[in-house]
Amino acid sequence: MSTSALLTLDGLTKAYPGVVANDKVSFVIGTGEVHALLGENGAGKSTLVKMIYGLVKPDSGQMTLRGQPFEPAEPRQARADGIAMVFQHFSLFDALNVAENIALGMETPPPMRDLAARIREVSEAYGLPLDPYRTVGALSAGERQRVEIIRCLLQDPKLLIMDEPTSVLTPQEVEILFETLRKLKSEGTSILYISHKLEEIRALCDHATILRLGRNVGECIPAETSARDMAELMVGTALKTPERSDREFGAVALAISDLSVPAPSAFGTALQGLQLSVRRGEILGIGGVAGNGQDELLSVLSGEVTTPREAVMFDGRAIGHMGPTARRALGVLTAPEERLGHAAAPDMSLTENALLTGSVREGLDRRGFLRWGAARSFAEAIITSFDVRTPGPENAARSLSGGNLQKFVIGREVLQRPEVLVVNQPTWGVDAAAAAAIRQALLDLAAGGAAVICISQDLDELMEISDNFAALNEGTLSPPRPTTALTVEEIGLMMGGAHGMEVAHV
Amino acid sequence: MIRLEKRPQASRVWSLATPLVAVVTTMIMGGLLFATLGKDPVEAILTIFWDPLFGEFAFYYRPQLLVKGAPLVLIAIGLSLGFRAGIWNIGAEGQYIIGALTGAGVGLAFYPMEGWFIFPLMVFAGALGGWAWAMIPAVLKTRFGTNEILVSLMLVYVAEQFLASMSLGLMKNPEGFGFPGSRNLQQYASAHNAEIVTGTGMHWGVVAALIAVIFAYVLLNRHMLGYHIRLTGEAPRAARFAGVRPARLILFCLGASGALAGMAGMFEVSGPAGQVSIDFNVGYGFTAIIVAFLGRLHPVGILLAGGLMALTYIGGDIAQGNLGLPSAAIQVFQGMLLFFLLALDLLTNYRIAFGKPEVA
Repeated sequence: MSTSALLTLDGLTKAYPGVVANDKVSFVIGTGEVHALLGENGAGKSTLVKMIYGLVKPDSGQMTLRGQPFEPAEPRQARADGIAMVFQHFSLFDALNVAENIALGMETPPPMRDLAARIREVSEAYGLPLDPYRTVGALSAGERQRVEIIRCLLQDPKLLIMDEPTSVLTPQEVEILFETLRKLKSEGTSILYISHKLEEIRALCDHATILRLGRNVGECIPAETSARDMAELMVGTALKTPERSDREFGAVALAISDLSVPAPSAFGTALQGLQLSVRRGEILGIGGVAGNGQDELLSVLSGEVTTPREAVMFDGRAIGHMGPTARRALGVLTAPEERLGHAAAPDMSLTENALLTGSVREGLDRRGFLRWGAARSFAEAIITSFDVRTPGPENAARSLSGGNLQKFVIGREVLQRPEVLVVNQPTWGVDAAAAAAIRQALLDLAAGGAAVICISQDLDELMEISDNFAALNEGTLSPPRPTTALTVEEIGLMMGGAHGMEVAHV
Repeated sequence: MIRLEKRPQASRVWSLATPLVAVVTTMIMGGLLFATLGKDPVEAILTIFWDPLFGEFAFYYRPQLLVKGAPLVLIAIGLSLGFRAGIWNIGAEGQYIIGALTGAGVGLAFYPMEGWFIFPLMVFAGALGGWAWAMIPAVLKTRFGTNEILVSLMLVYVAEQFLASMSLGLMKNPEGFGFPGSRNLQQYASAHNAEIVTGTGMHWGVVAALIAVIFAYVLLNRHMLGYHIRLTGEAPRAARFAGVRPARLILFCLGASGALAGMAGMFEVSGPAGQVSIDFNVGYGFTAIIVAFLGRLHPVGILLAGGLMALTYIGGDIAQGNLGLPSAAIQVFQGMLLFFLLALDLLTNYRIAFGKPEVA
């Protein structure tokens, strides 16, 4: 670890109406250091890096960059001072090629041919091979991330900020990325690495700062600290891991046989020859990198996309042709990944959103006429039993934080006593305590004899709760295997290895 | 720096207050406009808003308010159902014309027979005609994915040609000395949509409009179908997830708005207008789009907006006649009212904030 300081943060404070996002946060990033910023959702990590990147102005506190006061008024200024950032959500145009996308982000783009050559050169040098003329829409999530990283590297940054970079990568792709980051580090570039995946931080980072509720609650040297200790610093209390009870598997509840569905849109994924079956009492985990058919699989199961009758069977009954309402009546319930706009209507109240999927099984209408009282009670039941933080069921869905809305969406389905429950990314953006509660609810459902399919990109989550694991890769599903017998490498291979990307490290 | 911030929840207070604020602002700005034209602003505003209701000749204008307001409300209620779900029927004018033709056609077919059943049959035929005309864009959209805005709008011009052809040909009054236009239904008791109470302007179309308001209110607030309509408008993907079938909803919304517009046309042709003529349609179908939005697509709001719209039309006519205000000034004034209503509507979902923007 280098001793000279690159960037010093001193007492940075930023308050938003009703919440202090950062409260007197101070730490130092050394030159050539990989510094981890750890914290739960809502701990203030994003606000902090936005201040460094000039997107947000601090209320008080100073930053010093190489001994000079540093007050970026806008990202352009931060970039000019050698700070680059790879965001969690990519800002790329699907229809343009790699070089065009990179040129769009530049102040004075060089001629396309020179730029393409530069891209090739930099990408080879850092072990991230990338063809500048490929259309972004055809790239995998990992390759898109490469585009973002190379866009940053072309600026020759002194500090590279990476926000949750591995959430879209397979284990093998993570290794490639780490090699690149280590190479950058050896050249003297500092890296601020934001994550909540502790093992990664232990493998990569020299130093870690832990944020909780906007405060710096501790620093540590990750290699010398156990993951559990870091987690408890992050959460503030001892962690409760969900309990898995021994379960007997019953009869097959839901089965998909030889199902192929064309891609719903130009950049969607076609499902090919899908085979799947899940028994009562079983949790089937489906892993895979985002965009490999997760959404499409969910719509086939929810009934939003109908299929030939026999392709989807529930309790030996053909349900492929049924729409969402008929499937709900049978007890096949689903919770999609996208909370706002798919699982819930943003501008409608929680009562109205309870009605969205609850009307059939909870009897919230009588001959088409709505029973608002019953819908309200159902919404209140979800709020109480899943600890949804909201003043009341009359509040609009969009007024809830992501994690709270997620609890509402999952709770809405769990409370309807499903026979089969399919969830996609059930704990995405949810804090650790709530995520544990959601996982426990899924385990309890299975213990009660329901069949559960959990589609997730969080491998730790799948390892923790699922009995069998299958991976989605470009619309095909691998044969399921018992989770307990799997290693991380095997999972990575099931997910498509490095996803067809070349490894250029020697 | 002044900027707009999205409210986490729509403000209830502002959603009720904006119409009032808009009317007051229009009065002030309109007063200024009339003053620069050399007219007494107070007198002009009074002429437009007060005289039709409480002035010396109010006994004549008040019934006019119902006669002009009823078709607007009836059509706008139908349109609002589709608009709520993001289904844009712009061709109510055409459905209105076809409803008038089919309704009047049934009446004329029975002439000169008298019978209680003729009028109800005409109402049914009018609704059916409007429904059928609206089914053209609906079926084309669900089958071939055509744009209902374009198709429904184009069909207005087709309907107008039908109207001309009917008044010059098939429906022309055989005793009309060769003048274009059908027999006058006001002189055919069984087919006449007469005032229910003489001198009030209250005809069956007014009753139908009120029933439509109540029906739409119950549908949107108490029924699953209404919930699905709102859900589709707010979050189409969530609606499909909830089990809404988009094609069915399109057929229902376009069908309902067509049927109501057709009924409105039938009530007009058998009552206030009296006969099928080339210039029968006066743009109710288009004005109703404004009424629907003015009433925030809410049934009660539409009822009030229809009344307000009718009031400014009648008041504007009086101001033109009595004060010599140019008709362009009246149109500017009506435009202002719409402008302020829609502009201030922003405040229900946004608040005005001062200071530098914050990127969160």
